[in-house]
Amino acid sequence: MLTNRKLEIMSLLIEVNNKKVEANQGETILDVLERNGLKVPTLCHMKNFFPSGACRMCLVEDEKSDRLVTSCSYPVEEGMKIKTHSPRVVESRKTIVELLLANHPDDCLYCVRNGNCDLQGLSKELNVTERKLSNKKNKINKDFSSASISRDPEKCILCGRCVRVCDQTMGVSAIDFINRGSESVIGATFNKGLNTSSCVNCGQCIVVCPTGALHEKIHHPEIQEAINNPEVTVVVQYAPAISVSLAEEFGLDAGKDMNGVLNAALRKIGFDRVFDTTFSADLTIMEESAELIDRVANGGKLPMFTSCCPGWIKYAEEFGDDFIDNLSSCKSPQQMLGAVIKSHFAESEGIKPEKIYSVAIMPCTAKKFEAQREEMTQKGITDVDAVLTTRELANYIKLSGIDINKIEPEVSDSPLGVRSTAGKLFGVSGGVMEAAIRTAYYKLTGEELLNFKVPEIRGLEGRKEAKVKVGDLEIGVAVVNGLANTRELLDEIRNGRDDLHFIEVMACPGGCIGGGGQPFGTDEEALKARMGALYKIDDQESLKVSHKNPEIIELYDKFLGEPLGHKSHDLLHTKYKTRDVLK
Amino acid sequence: MKTKIDTFLADYPKNKQESLIPILQGIQDIEGYLPEEAFVKVGEHLNIPTSKIFGVATFYNQFRLEPNGRYHIQVCRGTACHVLGSATVLEHLEKELKIKAGQTTRDRMFSIEVVACIGACGLAPVISINGNFHAKVNPDSIKDILENYRNQEG
Repeated sequence: MLTNRKLEIMSLLIEVNNKKVEANQGETILDVLERNGLKVPTLCHMKNFFPSGACRMCLVEDEKSDRLVTSCSYPVEEGMKIKTHSPRVVESRKTIVELLLANHPDDCLYCVRNGNCDLQGLSKELNVTERKLSNKKNKINKDFSSASISRDPEKCILCGRCVRVCDQTMGVSAIDFINRGSESVIGATFNKGLNTSSCVNCGQCIVVCPTGALHEKIHHPEIQEAINNPEVTVVVQYAPAISVSLAEEFGLDAGKDMNGVLNAALRKIGFDRVFDTTFSADLTIMEESAELIDRVANGGKLPMFTSCCPGWIKYAEEFGDDFIDNLSSCKSPQQMLGAVIKSHFAESEGIKPEKIYSVAIMPCTAKKFEAQREEMTQKGITDVDAVLTTRELANYIKLSGIDINKIEPEVSDSPLGVRSTAGKLFGVSGGVMEAAIRTAYYKLTGEELLNFKVPEIRGLEGRKEAKVKVGDLEIGVAVVNGLANTRELLDEIRNGRDDLHFIEVMACPGGCIGGGGQPFGTDEEALKARMGALYKIDDQESLKVSHKNPEIIELYDKFLGEPLGHKSHDLLHTKYKTRDVLK
Repeated sequence: MKTKIDTFLADYPKNKQESLIPILQGIQDIEGYLPEEAFVKVGEHLNIPTSKIFGVATFYNQFRLEPNGRYHIQVCRGTACHVLGSATVLEHLEKELKIKAGQTTRDRMFSIEVVACIGACGLAPVISINGNFHAKVNPDSIKDILENYRNQEG
């Protein structure tokens, strides 16, 4: 991979748009252009991925060799005379867009990506105003088989970004190119539905897709129907990462915390109760830390893996079924809160569980799959009925005519609304681990962890490890994000590594802040801003540990009894099974 | 139960991904096509996702995903045949058998394959069924030829 360039000495001199520019041996033309603030359009290019050069959109002209070259994949050479926007270049790029549009369905007005589509954007940027090439339109069946991800291959321009992210970031490779030449399509093995494949529903393919060929399964109509029905109590919960991710959808600064506004907007949409999933993140910590202590004390299976991430869980069921007994039996916070809402909340409010419609707002597409797992029900009633992504929520707020800049912040409903900042950290890679360590430390030593911080497991690196001293115990912990990184760690353990007790896995890069349901255009800067916002909340507020959350204490007193107790077992814990899929 | 594919794979070292194409060719020699079982087993053997193997198998024309019919029809689409109307010949065959090129009829009787020049330009447009050449075919004669094979089956 093309990294660490900045450390090298500038060794080449090239000319870009008649200006002398320094460049490094081995870097691509695009690297140099970006460093100098020059923008060329790209489609198949992805930062930190090996270039593919498939789409030709990033063509520039080298006057020295009199050639058009793809800047994303062409290494700089001494004395090059690059023109980024010569008439020849612009005309070629325009032709490329016209060719892409020739068999593309002409239905931008009815497309999920209308107004937010890279291809549409390029068509506008390059001034494509008439249909010059008319070809037969693509006619390919849509794939609605997945509970999380819908595919519309007619809109696919074969840039291959989804294939590469699925392979390199996730190590899953559920999809690849099928056939050749003009017959090429992208699809799962045997060109069957995505539901038969090893797809873990993470949705990273959606985030990188430049068109409307991939999008999340839409749950909005069912939710609206429930809201319209006066006999149904519609409750909503939102994940820790949502409040720090939503701002970008409204053109506000990345990382701005919108928690109060979010509560108000959800009430305005028509939800009867607004709960915070961060509350049940605290609940998860109570159960998960108790489970960890139990496993350590009683010789249970170690290392224990976290189970909050449904992408990771499906991955483990498919590719790591030798680790199924290592997975924490805790349901995810979404499912825990769903279960508590349809039991304790229903009981205390005197509402029948079947008259409650429970919605979750998640930065995640795999949560849609998780919500419909058969294990996630009680007596035939689903814990969570529908899931919206951050993107869908933003659309819903706009659809409801709410001006996010003008509404007054509100607090979430209580009980099931008060949260600690430890629960809030669930939104970032390393956060579940840190929150769990805080509570386990207290339970084992009777004292709080110094500063409450475990700095070694913070940050966006794909793998982080630490040894944490808890009283006389030294606990080995590892935090991984990105399933390709997880695969490496699993292999190490298979090969005999035994110094780890507790491992947090998040499927998506950076954790939930980089989830597959997050705003389009999420880049490293946005991830850093969202992560920073979560840690800032943790720094500024005083309730930093799950076990001190008064509503959690009350829930155990009044309803659950104790962590790992009988009621917890029924409502908050689950089982996993080996999944036989085409992998 | 050990299948023919298991036995065949046992001769190839595990995880040696560069053997993918020879392995697929070998399995096709044994089975006449690449059954779904092959993708799963080869994937496990070489540690390659089935999606990638399927990508390779659909990229190259040499691989078949369905078994040939008892009567395998090769339609020549070389230049001479093209000029004399092989496109119409193919179209009629597909219509008559209700399958596309590369497919096999449900009763496994006929399959169609499109091939480049088969060196019988003087007979254009030409088709070959199980190696027997049929010269100067047209929509009417195709019907008769197929009928003949059907009658042979009784």
